Amino acid sequence: MTRCWRPCSNAACATSPSSPAIKKPAVATKRRRLEAMSALVFYLIAGLTIASAIGVAFSRNIVYSAFALMGAFMGAAGLYVMLAADFIAVVQVLVYVGGILVLMLFAVMLTHRIADVRISNRSVGTLPALAIIALLAGVMMKAIFSTTWHAVSPAAAQPTTYGIGDAFLTTYLLPFELASLVLLAALIGAVVLSRKELRAE
Amino acid sequence: MEIGLAHYLTVSLALFVLGLFCVLTRRNALGVLMGVELILNSANINYLAFARYSSGGYDGQVFAIFVIMLAAAEAAIGLAIVLGLYQTFQTIDLEATETLRG
Repeated sequence: MTRCWRPCSNAACATSPSSPAIKKPAVATKRRRLEAMSALVFYLIAGLTIASAIGVAFSRNIVYSAFALMGAFMGAAGLYVMLAADFIAVVQVLVYVGGILVLMLFAVMLTHRIADVRISNRSVGTLPALAIIALLAGVMMKAIFSTTWHAVSPAAAQPTTYGIGDAFLTTYLLPFELASLVLLAALIGAVVLSRKELRAE
Repeated sequence: MEIGLAHYLTVSLALFVLGLFCVLTRRNALGVLMGVELILNSANINYLAFARYSSGGYDGQVFAIFVIMLAAAEAAIGLAIVLGLYQTFQTIDLEATETLRG
């Protein structure tokens, strides 16, 4: 007997597996409860993400900022799962949390002598920046809530890996190959940039 | 209340604004890079939210993968530049690196 672990529009899915002959109102109640639960999960994840981002933006210690950044990345991965993009969420965790963040901590450790230098993460020009982003946030909030977006009712969540791979190898074949070139160039460039200078003796 | 497009756009806006705040105010070059990563993540949330609630296809997810990939390349180059900065100036304070300033 299969069990449903995420909200979907399939009515047969919403009934409990043990009692298939449940009356209609019970199904509606169950779906409403599922919806409320997914809203609760959304608010939890969104709160975690935004709180971590606030930590990144306002922490005075760069190491704390880096760890808060990890929280923000994980929260974003959770949001991707809620948006039915399971593959992207896994890629996010692998690439960001596994790669970029480790690289960043590595650089933090490399560029400071942790023991004797206090790692500062001071800010300059806070007040003008706050004014700018408050203005920007106001304008964008107005844009978000006053536009009537073209909306489709979201389909039931299903695995996206097949569709993404298909798109990569048909519609987006050229960008895909270019992306690999860009990655190669970026890695070679990073090696060239970060090696020690040998000539100035 | 049902979670819809506007909810995700609001979260993404919050991430964008905080990332922009990082970029504008940090004196530490790594802090600026972290702000850029936050901004790229907010763009990704937008892509996926529109793909789910507004277009319904896979295009948004494909572009999100491109964004993640470019973010990885950007982080590699950015960290290399930060290391070069440190070798040249012995600091990664952006206020102190003013050789090219006119």
